[in-house]
Amino acid sequence: MADQERKQTRRTESESDAEVIEEIDTAVGEELTERIDDLLDEIDSVLEENAEEFVKNYVQKGGE
Amino acid sequence: MAIHKVLGTETEYGITIRNQAEFNPVLGSSMVINSYAGGRARIQWSFEEETPGRDARGFGFEGAGPADLDSGLVNVVLTNGARLYVDHAHPEYSTPECYDPLEATLYDKAGEVVLARAAAAAQALLGDDERMMIHKNNSDGKGNSYGTHENYLLARELPFNDIVRHFTTFLVTRQVYTGSGKLGAENGRQQTEFQLSQRADFFEEEVGLETTLKRPIINTRDEPHGDASKYRRLHVIIGDANMSETQTFLKLGTAALMLSALEDGALPEALALADPVNSVWGVSHDLTLRRSLELADGRTATPIELQWQYHEWAHKYAQVADLDPVFERVLGEWERILTDLETDPLSAADRLDWVAKYRLLLDYRERDGLAWDDPKAKMLALQYHDVDPARGLYYKLARAGRIARLFDDEQVSAAVNEPPTRTRAYFRGECVSRYATELVAANWDSLVFDVGEEALKRVPMMEPLRGGRELVSDLLDRSESAADLVRALGGDDG
Repeated sequence: MADQERKQTRRTESESDAEVIEEIDTAVGEELTERIDDLLDEIDSVLEENAEEFVKNYVQKGGE
Repeated sequence: MAIHKVLGTETEYGITIRNQAEFNPVLGSSMVINSYAGGRARIQWSFEEETPGRDARGFGFEGAGPADLDSGLVNVVLTNGARLYVDHAHPEYSTPECYDPLEATLYDKAGEVVLARAAAAAQALLGDDERMMIHKNNSDGKGNSYGTHENYLLARELPFNDIVRHFTTFLVTRQVYTGSGKLGAENGRQQTEFQLSQRADFFEEEVGLETTLKRPIINTRDEPHGDASKYRRLHVIIGDANMSETQTFLKLGTAALMLSALEDGALPEALALADPVNSVWGVSHDLTLRRSLELADGRTATPIELQWQYHEWAHKYAQVADLDPVFERVLGEWERILTDLETDPLSAADRLDWVAKYRLLLDYRERDGLAWDDPKAKMLALQYHDVDPARGLYYKLARAGRIARLFDDEQVSAAVNEPPTRTRAYFRGECVSRYATELVAANWDSLVFDVGEEALKRVPMMEPLRGGRELVSDLLDRSESAADLVRALGGDDG
């Protein structure tokens, strides 16, 4: 019984959430793209310079 | 009842010195380990008991010889009970013996911190424009591979052929959640843009003793580092080095659970593949995860379907077996990862290295049109594994919240110095901390002390679960010196 009540509450909440999400959907998408852009910019700032030369010279001896 | 699955990992790290024209990886690795050990106790590893040429199938010694070709190289034991050494041309870190898969994951992560600190210390010896760089990866993209091995304690009475029959297909199909991701293909395998595993292209045999050439899916090295009449140590060489904590936990947890089930006879059927060796790279090259594999009996199934079968058997087994509660967590993570990989593989980017790396490359493709074979893509894929916390891209993604953590940085730092408390690694690590000047050598199953008498004193530790805190902490507290300790133990003359 208690379980059933909880499920119902959850469903009601998610229904109202869905409406809100629909309204701001584009804003969320833009924010996500911006966040990924920021992360990629940050990664670019620490990425090894002269990648081409570095990966060409990266040779390891086999092991184990 | 299956024996307790004491376990651990060993990882050979990639090493290079930027802007050093005559870079020598053996010297570079020695420099890294000496720099780390320099400020700490330098206890030598002893090889007396090691026999890597012994074959578990019981037919003698292939390539027997000196216990270890590198025994003259730098080789130290740390206060956390781990071993840090030069293996071939790589710095290698072996975790201490751990009590469960979660603890083994923590000590595997502690290894990254050890190597990062060691590289930073070695930096002081380099020229201004040179930089020591260490990567926790398994391939240079040019046909050279180096290993990440897992070790599991098994009962000696388990017939080795049972391991081969039951475990091979499990190891081949687990790649969907154990791979660290790689651009391109190597070792003559069919070209591909991106694949799940760093190591898959290098496996060429089903069973064998080799680890450097013709690598086998099941490795037969029989070196138990314990009482050989009771134990085996299964040496699994087919895994990738993982950065993701969840992934290492899954890799170790599922294997330990499967091996326990196997020991207890809880795997009803051996699912044999028609062509195990070609299935290794076949699974790794299939990013859809939907291509079916052919079984020896003519049936077909996808890697995920086969993993679901193993999950079902393991789940049933866990209902009746008296297992550590950590295995409930293993089963839960296992179920979640298979569900997510089946629905949308990209949804596992917060838990799996191959997915996190792939998604990062997709983000760059979308933003910059970055091609798969662009040197920048190769750089991104390599730098994902850099152990420098400021430069390593795994750490960047984890700090940005894109990858889930199981531990915080304080827990990992503590594991760099302190040993696990429920295995003999506790005794080893504590002896390194407390009796550094008298401890002259250590290995997995013994310690050797010089207590100022004519003969060295050797303390054997043949039981991996004996020597934990509960058993020995009083004894250690009572022993001010190693001489006191040896006297209390009644140790043998060396």
